[in-house]
Amino acid sequence: MNPDEQLYDEQVVRPYVISRGRTEARANLDLISLAVAVRQPTGLEVGLDPEHVAIVKMCVRPLSVAEIAATLDLPAGTVRVLLGDLLDAGFVAVQDPQPEVDVLDERMYRAVLDGLRAL
Amino acid sequence: MASVPSDKPHLPTPVKLLIAGGFGVGKTTMVGAVSEIRPLRTEEVLTDRSVGVDDLSGVEKKTTTTVAMDFGRISVGDDYVLYLFGTPGQERFWFVWDELAKGALGAVVLADTRRLSDCFPSVDYFERRGTPFVVAVNCFEGAPVYDLAEVKLALSLPPDIPVLLCDARRRASGKEVLITLVQHAYSKRPVASV
Repeated sequence: MNPDEQLYDEQVVRPYVISRGRTEARANLDLISLAVAVRQPTGLEVGLDPEHVAIVKMCVRPLSVAEIAATLDLPAGTVRVLLGDLLDAGFVAVQDPQPEVDVLDERMYRAVLDGLRAL
Repeated sequence: MASVPSDKPHLPTPVKLLIAGGFGVGKTTMVGAVSEIRPLRTEEVLTDRSVGVDDLSGVEKKTTTTVAMDFGRISVGDDYVLYLFGTPGQERFWFVWDELAKGALGAVVLADTRRLSDCFPSVDYFERRGTPFVVAVNCFEGAPVYDLAEVKLALSLPPDIPVLLCDARRRASGKEVLITLVQHAYSKRPVASV
């Protein structure tokens, strides 16, 4: 053990405070699951933390869990928990779980190749 | 609780591509060269259960690890959005790779001819997992220039794996690598079962 080791790891503790100790997200979200705001908070809601509000504000256009996490400097796991809360409260819509991209969908390959060629 | 609106807004389908390879091979550089946003970094806090060799009590020791991944985004029309993830360079983060590789359309393995063996773990991983991949040799200044066939031989790659030269700093080059990858993934897509 490293003698300089802290009693707690700030990077781990703070996110757990924000998610109130929860690590399991209600929604089945991975790093690239997209979320979009469907209504904006009025500021009078009970139970919304600043992080919740920040997420809804960002998601005026669809953003992935990874982008939200990077912008708010939170671990992806914490963002998943917060998005689950926002989904329950009707502030955001999230993508239906898509465990795998449909590798049989020719339209997808065409769209991706066209997009890359246009870069 | 407020009711959830029933008319769900249209959300594009995310498509994931991975950029793998050894430490310092230019993964984040390539992500940044082709991404429409500056490369972002996301962190996953993971609990890694490991059993110490000298642990006589048999109690599992849990350690938390923070793993950082750099990623970028390319919007492709209204229906799809491409996410490029640089895989963490250290081999001890295989468990993150599994989460990253799940659902990925394909992977670029970046190689540096001065340290070709650094990309072996990535090649092995994607071969074992059946993820379509291409090998892109990043042309560092001053690095020995090899014939692509030699690189292919050195990596003992199957003949159908595309190997190409690239400059990870240039958008046009990264774009060519990604197009080659998606075309390769298309050719490798499973045949629809009836």
